[in-house]
Amino acid sequence: MADVTTLHAVITQRFSPLIKNAVIAINELTLEVPPEHLHELAKALRDVKELEFNMLIDVTAVDYLHYGLSEWETESATSSGFSRGVEASNFTTKKSTHQPRFATVYHLLSLTQNHRVRLHVPLEESKLMVASVVDLWPSANWPEREVFDLFGIMFTGHPDLRRILTDYGFIGHPFRKDFPLIGNVEVRYDATLSRVVYEPVSIEPRILEPKVIRDDTRYAAGEPNA
Amino acid sequence: MSKLPEIRNYTFNFGPQHPAAHGVLRLILEVDGETIVRADPHIGLLHRATEKLAESKPYNHTIGYMDRLDYVSMMCNEHGYVLAIEKLLGVEVPIRAQYIRVMFDEMTRLLNHLLWLGAHALDIGAMTVFLYCFREREDLLDCYEAVSGSRMHATYYRPGGVYRDLPDKMPKYKPSRWHNEKETAEWNAAREGSLLDFIWNFTERFPGRVDEYETLLTDNRIWKQRTVNIGVIEPERAIALGFTGPMLRGSGVAWDLRKKQPYEVYDKLNFDIPVGTKGDCYDRYLVRIEEMRQSNRIIRQCVEWLRKNPGEVMIDNHKIAPPTRVDMKEKMESMIHHFKLMTEGYCLPPGEAYAAIEHPKGEFGVYLVSDGANKPYRLKIRPAGFPHLAGLEELVKGHMIADVVAVLSSLDIVFGEIDR
Repeated sequence: MADVTTLHAVITQRFSPLIKNAVIAINELTLEVPPEHLHELAKALRDVKELEFNMLIDVTAVDYLHYGLSEWETESATSSGFSRGVEASNFTTKKSTHQPRFATVYHLLSLTQNHRVRLHVPLEESKLMVASVVDLWPSANWPEREVFDLFGIMFTGHPDLRRILTDYGFIGHPFRKDFPLIGNVEVRYDATLSRVVYEPVSIEPRILEPKVIRDDTRYAAGEPNA
Repeated sequence: MSKLPEIRNYTFNFGPQHPAAHGVLRLILEVDGETIVRADPHIGLLHRATEKLAESKPYNHTIGYMDRLDYVSMMCNEHGYVLAIEKLLGVEVPIRAQYIRVMFDEMTRLLNHLLWLGAHALDIGAMTVFLYCFREREDLLDCYEAVSGSRMHATYYRPGGVYRDLPDKMPKYKPSRWHNEKETAEWNAAREGSLLDFIWNFTERFPGRVDEYETLLTDNRIWKQRTVNIGVIEPERAIALGFTGPMLRGSGVAWDLRKKQPYEVYDKLNFDIPVGTKGDCYDRYLVRIEEMRQSNRIIRQCVEWLRKNPGEVMIDNHKIAPPTRVDMKEKMESMIHHFKLMTEGYCLPPGEAYAAIEHPKGEFGVYLVSDGANKPYRLKIRPAGFPHLAGLEELVKGHMIADVVAVLSSLDIVFGEIDR
C-alpha cells in the first residue's frame, strides 16, 4: 500500500487552494474541503494520473449536534449517580464542540495506485446543499440518496434524489441526532378500520448506559496493566 | 383498414415476497414483451437502523448486531467492526488471535459461498446442489458452535482478540430414539479430537466436495445456457459502479484486499486470487468456486500454524478486555475492571477511522467517528452488496425476465446488510 505521507505531500502541493485542511491520523489521510470546491477537487482526484481515485467507496454524513457532550458528569464528584433506565437527557443546554453541524464524508480508493483518501465537507445547517458526484462516479447514486434520506442533505445535480431506506411517506430524517431513537410514530393493524394505522409512539425513551467521556489517556496502548 | 392494437410496456412488482428475491426486495420491472426496459429496486424493507442503535450502546454491545447484518457471513462483519475499534484504540492483537480470525474469516467465506451456490443453483433450477451445500455448511456451523456457543450469531471477535481460545474437544452427537449408536458413532468419527482436528478433517474432505458441485454444474449445458453471457459487466464499468469482491474479479480485475492491503496475517499465507475474463454470471460462478478452494488452502495453513503455536488470544490490557473469572475472584483491581467494563465499557480516543476487510461479498468497510465517549458517535457501515444491487438495472437491461433471477442471485445479495 502506498505511503500516506507522500500522498499527503502530492495532494497538498497540487490542490492547496481547494483544500482547507489535510490531516493524517491513524495512517489515514483526511482532506477538509469547502462544499463549493468539492466537485472540482473530486474530478481532479479522479483524473490526475498519479492519484487516479477511480472508485468511490462510500458517501456518508455525520451530524455533529451532540459531539463531545456527555450524559454523565465525570469531572467532579456529584451527590447523584447515574441509575439505569433514566429518561433521555436533552443536550440543548450544552453546545457541541464541533462546528458546523453537518459534514458529508467521501471515501475514495484508487485500484491502480492502491491508496485511499477521505474527503470531509463541512455543511452549515442553514445551507444543507452540496454538489452531487454521481457524474464522476456512478456508484455515488444510492449512497447520496441514503444521505438525503437519513440526514436531509441535498445533492445538487443528482438525477434521482428519492428516499431509499425509510418507509414510503416517512417524515423526518432519522439519523439526525435530534431524531429520537424510538422514532415518532408506530404502526399497527387496526381490525375495525381493517388497515394499518400510524400512531404516536407509546414507549418512553430511556437510557440504559450513559454516554461517558473520559478524556484522560488511560485507554491508550502501552498502559501498564493491573 | 384494420386498427393496430395499442401496445404498451407493462410494469409489475417482483417481490417483496418472492423466493428468488433473496429476502425482501421490491423490484419494479418495466417490460416490453419479455424484455426488461427498466428495473428499479426498492430497498429498506429490512431497515433496522443498526447504525443509529449503535450510537446508543457501548462499543461491545454492537458486535452482536454486526452478525445480523450479512447473516450468512457473520464473523466477517464482526471483523470489520472490531478492526475499526482497534485502529482507533491503537492496540495490537496477539498473533494467535489473528490466525484464529483469519481461519474463521475463511470458514465464513465458505459458509457464504456455499449458501450462495446453493441458492443460485436453486434459482436457476438445480435442486441437488442446494442440499449438497447445506451438508457442508452443517460442519462449518458446528465449528461456529464449538467456538462461540452459537451456530450463527457468534459474537466471537472482540476488540483486542477473540472471545476465547479454540476448544480441545468437539461436541458429539448422542444416540436417541431416532438415531442408534452405530449411526451416531459414524457421525462422531471426525469429532473425537479437538476443534482443529475436526477442521483439518473437513479441509481434507472439502476439495472433493467442490468437485462434486462442479460435476453437477460447470459443464452442465443448461447451467451454461442460463449463465454464460448473462449480466455482463465491463471492468471499467464495474469499477465506476463501485463493485468489489467476486463481482469485480469476475470482470477480470485482480483486486483483493487480502493481497493489496493485507490485514491480520494474510501477508504470511499462500493463496491465489482467481479472476474471470468476461464478467458474466458464469465467470462469477467460477470465481467463487475457485475462492472456495483457495479458502480451503488458507484454512489448512492456519490450522497447521495454530497447532504449533499456543498462546494468548486476547490482549492483556484490562482497560479493554475483561479479566479472567479466576482473577476477578482474587484481585480487587480485576474486580473493578470487570465492573467498569460491564457497566460503562471503554472509551475510544476522539477521532475517526475507516477499516475495510475483504468480505465474501466484497469490501466491507466500517467508518467510525468517536468523540471520546464509551459509545460510537457515528458508525457507518459500507455494505459490500449495496453498490452491487444499485448496479442491477445496468446488468439486467435488455435481458429476459428469467435472467433477472439469474443475475440477481449472481450478485450475492443479502438484505440484512443492504438495508442495515
